[in-house]
Amino acid sequence: MSTRLAKQGRLIDRSKKVTFTFNGTSMQGYEGDTLASALLANDQMMVGRSFKYHRPRGVVASGAEEPNALVGLGQGNRFEPNQRATTTELFNGLTAISQNHWPSLEHDIGAVNTAFARFLPAGFYYKTFIHPKPFWKHVYEPFIRQSAGLGKAPDKDSRDADTYEHFYAFTDVLVIGGGVAGLQAAKAAAASGAKVLLIEQSAYWGGRAPVDGGTVNDEPVDKFVEQLVSELETMDNVSMRSRCMGAGVYDHGYVLGYERLTDHTPGVQGPRHRLWRIRAKQIVTATGAIERPLSFAGNDVPGVMLASAMRDYAVNWGVNPGERVIVATNNDDAYRTAITLKQAGVDVLRIVDARATAGPLAEEARQLGIRVDPGKAIAKVKGGKRVKKVAICNQEGVGGAREEVEADAVAMSGGWSPVVHMWSHCGGKLTWDDANAFFRPDPSRPPLGANGEGFVLAAGASNGALVLGDVLTDAHAVGKAAAKAAGFKPKNIKAPVGETTAEAPMEAVWLMPANAEIQLRMKSWLDFQNDVKVSDVQLAAREGYESVEHTKRYTTLGMATDQGKLSNINGLAILADALESEIPKVGTTTFRPPYTPISMGAIGGEARGEVFQPIRQTPMHNWHDRNGADWEPVGHWRRTYAYVRPGESVHDAVNREVKNTRDNLGLLDASTLGKLIVKGPDAGKFLDIMYTNMMSTLIVGKCRYGLMCSENGFLIDDGVVARIDKDTWLCHTTTGGAERIHGHMEEWLQTEWWDWKVYVANVTEQYAQVAVVGPNARKVLEKLNAQAGGGMDLSKEALPFMEWRDGKIGEFDARAYRISFSGELSYEIAVPASQGQAFWDALFEAGQEFGVMPYGTECLHILRAEKGFIMIGDETDGTVIPQDLGLHWALSKKKEDYLGKRAHSRSHMADPERWKLVGLETVDGSVLPDGAYAVGEGVNANGQRNMIGRVTSTYFSANLGKGIAMGLIKHGPDRMGEIVEFPGTDGKTYKAKIVDPIFFDKDGEKQNV
Amino acid sequence: MLILNCPYCGVDAEETELAAGGEAHLKRFGPGSSDDEFHDYLFMRENPKGVHFERWRHANGCGKWFHAARCTNTLEVFGTYTAQTSEPPQDIKDAIAAKRPGWTWREFS
Amino acid sequence: MSEPISALNHASYDGIANVRECGLQGMITLRGDLSDKSLAKAVKDATGQNVPGQREALVSGDTGVCWMSPDELLVLVPYAEVETKLAAMVKALGKTHTLAVNVSDARAVFTISGASAREVLGKVAPVDLSSEAFQPGQIRRSRLAQVAGAFWMDDAETFRVVCFRSAADYVFKLLKVAAQPGSEVGVY
Repeated sequence: MSTRLAKQGRLIDRSKKVTFTFNGTSMQGYEGDTLASALLANDQMMVGRSFKYHRPRGVVASGAEEPNALVGLGQGNRFEPNQRATTTELFNGLTAISQNHWPSLEHDIGAVNTAFARFLPAGFYYKTFIHPKPFWKHVYEPFIRQSAGLGKAPDKDSRDADTYEHFYAFTDVLVIGGGVAGLQAAKAAAASGAKVLLIEQSAYWGGRAPVDGGTVNDEPVDKFVEQLVSELETMDNVSMRSRCMGAGVYDHGYVLGYERLTDHTPGVQGPRHRLWRIRAKQIVTATGAIERPLSFAGNDVPGVMLASAMRDYAVNWGVNPGERVIVATNNDDAYRTAITLKQAGVDVLRIVDARATAGPLAEEARQLGIRVDPGKAIAKVKGGKRVKKVAICNQEGVGGAREEVEADAVAMSGGWSPVVHMWSHCGGKLTWDDANAFFRPDPSRPPLGANGEGFVLAAGASNGALVLGDVLTDAHAVGKAAAKAAGFKPKNIKAPVGETTAEAPMEAVWLMPANAEIQLRMKSWLDFQNDVKVSDVQLAAREGYESVEHTKRYTTLGMATDQGKLSNINGLAILADALESEIPKVGTTTFRPPYTPISMGAIGGEARGEVFQPIRQTPMHNWHDRNGADWEPVGHWRRTYAYVRPGESVHDAVNREVKNTRDNLGLLDASTLGKLIVKGPDAGKFLDIMYTNMMSTLIVGKCRYGLMCSENGFLIDDGVVARIDKDTWLCHTTTGGAERIHGHMEEWLQTEWWDWKVYVANVTEQYAQVAVVGPNARKVLEKLNAQAGGGMDLSKEALPFMEWRDGKIGEFDARAYRISFSGELSYEIAVPASQGQAFWDALFEAGQEFGVMPYGTECLHILRAEKGFIMIGDETDGTVIPQDLGLHWALSKKKEDYLGKRAHSRSHMADPERWKLVGLETVDGSVLPDGAYAVGEGVNANGQRNMIGRVTSTYFSANLGKGIAMGLIKHGPDRMGEIVEFPGTDGKTYKAKIVDPIFFDKDGEKQNV
Repeated sequence: MLILNCPYCGVDAEETELAAGGEAHLKRFGPGSSDDEFHDYLFMRENPKGVHFERWRHANGCGKWFHAARCTNTLEVFGTYTAQTSEPPQDIKDAIAAKRPGWTWREFS
Repeated sequence: MSEPISALNHASYDGIANVRECGLQGMITLRGDLSDKSLAKAVKDATGQNVPGQREALVSGDTGVCWMSPDELLVLVPYAEVETKLAAMVKALGKTHTLAVNVSDARAVFTISGASAREVLGKVAPVDLSSEAFQPGQIRRSRLAQVAGAFWMDDAETFRVVCFRSAADYVFKLLKVAAQPGSEVGVY
């Protein structure tokens, strides 16, 4: 059983007990524990079940590479699945549940899968769920959905209770990883004066060096780490962040850092995670190396662990993972685990070394009384929920002549792989190191930055240096090189001298025993999280999946949340062997960020809840909100769709507003319409190019409706242009168009006609603009003038249709435009935004006797549709030209050029077959479905009915008491009176008559009073 | 995520401050041009693996359009320059030649 | 004339920094040739300041001038004086090709003040705000999370942040999140 050792545990504080629960059982650990170390200390060997076969699984690693110990953490709004127990710091009240089992961890029905494992090989799903076809929907898909997904998704009603944020950081040198290599590299770089940011994923500095031991400058390595950390902490040009993982390296020195602020202290004020968005001139990856498992049968039984992890648990957390331990290895490093455990009083039964001859550490082990068996292998680990027996055989051969030993834990080491993720994310290339059987960064092919030079350097173990002395020499040199590449002059200080222990070479062992028979290979796990075995990869190779990327997807090797940190190289080696190729020729799969999963909250940062997206507000926004506004998003603006009164439906409200505006008086908040000032000696010439109409001839004091096309000829915007003075025009745009059209004008001014003397300014938000509409419009304004002595003459004669005036209306400085988008008597009045609410209030109060009501955008739409006015975005969709909408009158024939003019003479634009705007009236007065297509005679090449047009706008008109619509119909204007069919998505076919698009007041008498 | 130096305000701006504006140095064809000329102006764009010239706008910044010469393969930036020119300035061409001898792009080299 | 009201009417929040809407600020967008003498005189008359160089902010309290682009300045004057100053400026500029327009009501202005002010802004703007990189006297136009904004420093611990009026509510809420208690970064 696994227990707490009497001594040891450099990271725990035995005076501080911590209580937590696992699957409802209360357990105790110490401050400084990880959830994994505390579970092991409580003899919780089995921590979950595997994804596919539901096999019992235990903790296998001690850090970010852990594939098995994934738990659901927290409760309610703080529940989160798939959290690694090995990187979860223990705190009082932590609650964890294990995953992938039903009804319980101990008794699981899905484990039956393991009995059928031989019938569930790689590609099983692809092969099985194809036939018979009808089975997919009702049998296969529900079954797969039931079993899919790792862990349990949070309850649908729960909401993340925490806050998150981003932070933009800038540094000369970023060092990723706070082990001895990272610390030394940071020091060497910082000595030059360069600004250094050092980030470390765990809560402590020094990495695994204090566990592995050794000396630096003749002092114990943990002393060296302590001194180095305090030295760096005093340097002004160094920032250090623990619990901050380098998640990804991207173009031009961009790095994401994932800082976990309160995961270990839930409830403490402040954000939970912070996503660091770092720009670094140079990046040093000092991300260490990860030990590889050995592939032998039963290597997934709880109690089988990486040798280094077992050493970590003993030294860091004082946890003894078993009482009778067997060590299996192909290298010298695992001997350190045997020696450490033995010295801590654990019974280490023997070291099974696949190599024919063991190295110098074997002698030390033997002297401690540990039996060393060279040339041996583990044939099979026996046991279900924990290790019971280990069968030992010769490494050469198929695994016969086994000797069985009773044991409860196995430490395995298949060698080490440098963590090359950060090097590789942005294109750094790797080279195969045959002596150590690993890929390491190829310094001649680094990722390239903005200046075309490399911007990432690897240091220490992540650069392939595994011995302490080499690690420090390398890291020191790399730190200096990084400072130099960042433009600083490195100081010529000496590298610390780390101890260099003699080690015998490792020997690549990809399978134990070397020619293991199929029964063993079917139980030799490569990917613990996705349940991929040696036999699966071999099968994939036999079935023709020769590319490593294909094999990965076929077998799902390395596709789990750990992204193959343990399985990658082992799987690759099996594939290379099966293909009778070499590992470097087969190559690796792509390393993609993030290094380990990061929270969605951190990615979103502050953008949640009420700051998820900007909501633009007019000066009268709060009034609308208080008065029943049913909001409609228009770009980032919120506009009132309708003002709904108590007891009314939205539809009722719209109908009331439509009738009232035509009969009495309506107020519309039109502040969102874009307003661009265009000024300069060449402004008229410029606007003649921007608009299809002639704007240079507009008389001061007058307004003109204008159309804008793109160079392709398609309509992009419309609006009323007013000439303010000789050099100045004010152009209204659509609500969504202000920034876009401003940018469009600037683009042409800056990049094509930069010699033209024109300046543009966007003054959209300087004004609150109110449309005062209806037969009583003039009365209410004149009442304001009468009340407060405003001087503006608003009579028909003084301010005729399509003209504007500046002056005082009531007590307000105002600009009044006599324009109408409703066909009613209408004034659009602009006042300074800071007085918008006061002006609105004044109108509303004065308007009471005239039947005033505010109206929203739906009423606006219906009023304009009754008049046959087009709306950008309804009648246009980026493929519509003015000619389609019968707007030939707005296309100047006098002008030599305007944007879109040349395009309008292209053959397709001049095609008489183009769909043209018409009005549509259903035969029975009902409302046509929006977007419905009109069908004509015959079918197309695909057997579908030919389409001859579509509905672009459709409404119920309360004024006319029936549905009205506009649409684009082939030869439409020539087919007045004809009935066209529109199949709806509801199965019905709607019949509508083609009519004139002007449904109301055809002669425009109402607006001209 | 790219960084480009805005030649107008001198800021090293990251991509989130910028808006991409497609290929640089297009020659406008308007009324009077042939169908082929106009078609090419509207639709035909370079898509090189290597040296490329692009338009960018410092949208969340000074609002100005500028040009960038960069490598679409390695993302190396050879230089940025004003939009008020119909061809890359000589110092930009030289900077490219130093890194990519023998480069050509449309009529430039 | 009724009392003019700024977008958030002096809303304020105290977290790791104080965030405050400043109320109405007179602002004039001035576009023109920045080397032109009459433009320089108009700016001097209105603000007492010289024409600022690239990314310079020559501001004292509610009066001053900021560099916005090679052909644009933001002229700051007390709100009550903006119409008079604008008229004087237009007159002084005469026939010179320029555009001067009152944009006071189109904007909202905030201050972020306190020892953590740099960090609060550093959470929403992709800009190096370390004291080596950004100091009083400089202006930066950038984005504040998802909207455009500009900022300069009144003093070593106070930023003045300008955004569009319609985005004031968003920016205030955004800065409140960025300034929430317990969110000190500890780098500036």
